[in-house]
Amino acid sequence: MSGHQSTYDPQTGIEKWIDARLPLPRLVYDSFVDFPTPKNLNYWYTFGGILALCLMTQIITGIVLAMHYTASVDLAFASVERIMRDVPYGWLLRYIHAVGASFFFLAVYVHIFRGLYYGSYKAPREVLWILGCVIFLLMMATAFLGYMLPWGQMSLHGANVIIGLFGAIPLVGESLQTWLMGGPSIGNQTLQRFFSLHYLLPFVIAGVVILHIWALHVPGNNNPTGVEVQDVKKDTVPFHPYYTVKDAFAIVVFFIVFGAFVFYAPNVLGHADNYIEANPLVTPAHIVPEWYLLPFYAILRAITFDIGPIDAKLLGVVAMFASIGVLFVLPWLDTSKVKSMRYRPVAKQFFFGFVVACLLLGWCGATNPDNPIIKLGSDQLVVSHTDANGLPASATFSEYEEAKAHMEALPAESAPSMGIQVAPAFRFLHLGQILTLYYFAYFLVILPVLGLREQPKEEPESIHKAILGSHSQSDDVRLVPAAAE
Amino acid sequence: MSTDIAENDNVDVDEERRDFIHIATGMTAAAGAGLLAWPFVDQMNPASDTKAASSLDVDVSKVVEGSEIRVLIGGKPFFIRHRTAAEIASAQSANLSGMRDPEEDADRLVPTPSGEVNPSILVISGACTHLGCVPVGPGGGNLGDFGGWYCPCHGSHYDTSGRIRKGPAPSNLPVPTYRYVSDTVVNISL
Repeated sequence: MSGHQSTYDPQTGIEKWIDARLPLPRLVYDSFVDFPTPKNLNYWYTFGGILALCLMTQIITGIVLAMHYTASVDLAFASVERIMRDVPYGWLLRYIHAVGASFFFLAVYVHIFRGLYYGSYKAPREVLWILGCVIFLLMMATAFLGYMLPWGQMSLHGANVIIGLFGAIPLVGESLQTWLMGGPSIGNQTLQRFFSLHYLLPFVIAGVVILHIWALHVPGNNNPTGVEVQDVKKDTVPFHPYYTVKDAFAIVVFFIVFGAFVFYAPNVLGHADNYIEANPLVTPAHIVPEWYLLPFYAILRAITFDIGPIDAKLLGVVAMFASIGVLFVLPWLDTSKVKSMRYRPVAKQFFFGFVVACLLLGWCGATNPDNPIIKLGSDQLVVSHTDANGLPASATFSEYEEAKAHMEALPAESAPSMGIQVAPAFRFLHLGQILTLYYFAYFLVILPVLGLREQPKEEPESIHKAILGSHSQSDDVRLVPAAAE
Repeated sequence: MSTDIAENDNVDVDEERRDFIHIATGMTAAAGAGLLAWPFVDQMNPASDTKAASSLDVDVSKVVEGSEIRVLIGGKPFFIRHRTAAEIASAQSANLSGMRDPEEDADRLVPTPSGEVNPSILVISGACTHLGCVPVGPGGGNLGDFGGWYCPCHGSHYDTSGRIRKGPAPSNLPVPTYRYVSDTVVNISL
């Protein structure tokens, strides 16, 4: 923390010599060894460390994969297959990289939800939060760029849909699209620039991560009570060994699950279509992004109506970017003085509703929006023809045989035809629209209003009192039989 | 009189002259940075060879009646279909009143050098106007409800003139910029 005095005490001559010239060991010692950390951090707080390791995993495997990959439309797909079949341990490195992307996002979502629950975005941690949002945005960009590289069917057509979004921007949209693709469509030049940028962005992320940790170490960690550290001696413990060990344990557990996916289910999080080489003349039947982008894809598709002069396509794009943009201003939208949802009984319920909404949005993003969830009535067959007066006439049937018999009974010159009348239903589109509304309402209405209206529970006086409180209760339970002895 | 730097506080400084130098220097640096940035931005635009590959000559006499060929120009798909007499008749006689994007079949064709229109050859874009999927046609075993093309992604039906008749697509498959170089060769460009 900013007020924390350095406790680094170089013992040997060489340490003193370095400390007087580049005090890097001092910085590391003060940041990761003797850094005062709240005593009460739970396992939700280990995801920061997990994420640092995820980034390292992606960078290391990525650098190695780049040694074997060829960024050319004629060779890219084959070079990935060569990595899988011929390069020693290529299959392992590629699966770690591909599954690693999924687990990186899994960890970042837990990390973000943890920040939302414990109010980690509130003063004095606004810049810390915004830097986190920047990292999240860079991660999505990196993942999108990387997904293009294997040059499979989903790579090409998924990228086509996403770049197509920029075409919805008025006036400059089309030239922006051409500029991004470097031609009239996605081609070799697009693949090469995507590869270049996919290699660059992780290092940009690493840079912003350093700023993120710097911004964390100025006010110090938030904690589950949301009450700031008041007495460093009573409220905190040194980062090492307390949290290095706790983080290490969480990292081991996380990477066991990660490993299980790498070795036993490396492709379940991907799409089979991406093992077909890209072909601009054949479109996959369902174009869906990777699972971690599905909620945003659902928001994009939820907007099917025009508002005034703005058409649905542009509105969808605006809504999708706004759903991420709103996170940046969250510190000023939540008006509550109480940080942790532990002491906000009403907000807590809306928070869990928000988590469910995000998961369900992911489901909507994965499903054809026209699929019904609840059917209201059943589909009907409609036989239409031209009646004796030359006017259109029609009859509705629920059974095919009846409809067919009716159609055959009509004279041929009345041009009978049969069609399906789909029954009204509550569809994934409608669910997506309701959830999109809740997503935005949570940030723009619920949190601003609730902060002023809600009666929060009493917060503990300090971190150590909160811990003592819960400990003394359990001590009492243990003391009773002891006294009876 | 020479000024002593140590006594600078008492020296008259021409603030305006100093401001001018500051602003002029800053502006020059900003303009230089902008000029230098431009090549880095512009290199992302289509290269000359990419632009040069944006048109193609196609010999339409090679297309068998009742079938189509598909060509990629700059990565974009185009269909060249040799329509049968029945397909031409259905395209010409279709009732425009019920169409989402009404257009006469004759307006979707281009005359040959002799000035005549050859209705048997139809040249259209192969990207569904809904979300850019490539519809299936005579080679794909599904012509849709109107004998033209069917888009498997979201079920748009196009007729034998490439006009949208059913499904979510908002408009007809567009006719690209093309001309007959000879009676049998068309030049299609983006």
